[in-house]
Amino acid sequence: MLLAERLRHRFGAVTALDDVSFSVQPGHTLAVFGPNGAGKTTLLKVLAGLIQPQGGRAQVDGGRRAIGWIGHQPQLYAQLSVRENLRFWASLYDAQPPHDLLPRLGLAEHADRPVRALSRGLMQRVAIARALVHDPAVLLLDEPFTGLDRTAAEAFSRLLAQHAAAGRASVLVTHNVEEGTGLATEVAFMRAGRFVHFAPRGARGPAQVAEDYRNAIA
Amino acid sequence: MRSPDLLRHAWAVASKDLLVEFRSRTAIVSVAVFVVLVFVVFQFGHDPTAVSNFDLAPSILWVTFTFAAILALNRAFQLELENQALEGLLLAPIGRGSIYLGKLIANLAFVATIELIGLPLLALFFNVPVLPFLGPLAATIALATVGFVAVGTLFSAMTVRTRFAELLLPVLLLPFMILPLWWAVLATGRLLASRPLSEVAGWLNMLAVYDVVFVTIALLLFPATVNE
Repeated sequence: MLLAERLRHRFGAVTALDDVSFSVQPGHTLAVFGPNGAGKTTLLKVLAGLIQPQGGRAQVDGGRRAIGWIGHQPQLYAQLSVRENLRFWASLYDAQPPHDLLPRLGLAEHADRPVRALSRGLMQRVAIARALVHDPAVLLLDEPFTGLDRTAAEAFSRLLAQHAAAGRASVLVTHNVEEGTGLATEVAFMRAGRFVHFAPRGARGPAQVAEDYRNAIA
Repeated sequence: MRSPDLLRHAWAVASKDLLVEFRSRTAIVSVAVFVVLVFVVFQFGHDPTAVSNFDLAPSILWVTFTFAAILALNRAFQLELENQALEGLLLAPIGRGSIYLGKLIANLAFVATIELIGLPLLALFFNVPVLPFLGPLAATIALATVGFVAVGTLFSAMTVRTRFAELLLPVLLLPFMILPLWWAVLATGRLLASRPLSEVAGWLNMLAVYDVVFVTIALLLFPATVNE
């Protein structure tokens, strides 16, 4: 469903990706952990086709139409309402926003409010709705829990679990080991553009993954 | 990408931009005030006994439209940087050409609105009759506007991620505006002087060629300006 082969990319003297290879199968979620500047966001942008890698190749079955993206920024228009934003983004995918999308994310009562009037947490929920508006087969998530309160984070985790249960794939990058581990079927640790660890999560819990992460990154 | 898809997605981008502007109205109000102020300044700043209004009006009209358009073009892609919406557009399964055309349509609508405000004000402030030549004058304005807005939309995309975008855009754009402005000023002057249409046909043809050439070049170059 998603394949990365020997990805290499540099920004001047900085190596962002250095021979990164992996694949993610349907129904699987890869969590990539790494410190700031490890190359996590560049990896996601290469997978999304936003950056053309200088070496290697990335392939997502279904191309850009199959990708949903949740990044640091919500990619929303502040002057437009939640509903108008979703309609606009759906139109670019020749789709209609699913009727149950807003209620599922607790946004039904905010549908006609302008995005600029929403709190950071609500805005992040709208960004999640925007990413799901065309029912993507692959989700690329860059620190997706940023700004979400505990309840919203749990609701989002449930939504990602449903996404995986429906046979969809996800790649989640974060520097926070605690929040990403529960969703992951595979875990990777990234440092200076390289995967220094890539393995199934297995029965490891957040504490074990955190310890493995510390050992691998140190 | 098929043409219907290109145009449909372009219209989606354009109508979104126009809706955002309709909601805020900040740019249109600012630029409209700018147009009025320029006319007022020129009205009080020139000696009508030295240079007649008929001679001065075409230049003032086009200088005003030029700077009003630059103000509008500056914000065309600024809107997309807010909350990184540009990344979302680039990620969507639409051609880069759709994004460019959408922005071009929205910018043209915006500048046309300014011109609709400016033209009657020119007639009012400088006492020049525009109604007898409204058709040819509208054609001149439309052809010149398409050309420099096409180039301006491309440069707006190029400069938006730079530190001095507001300064860089006019520096890059104004050299490309010299030819269409020159032809537009000459054509407008002849029209206001009640010269026969055959005298302006050549300039209108040149403006049409400029439009075709630069819209095509901008469509071809645009993907390279937005790719990381």
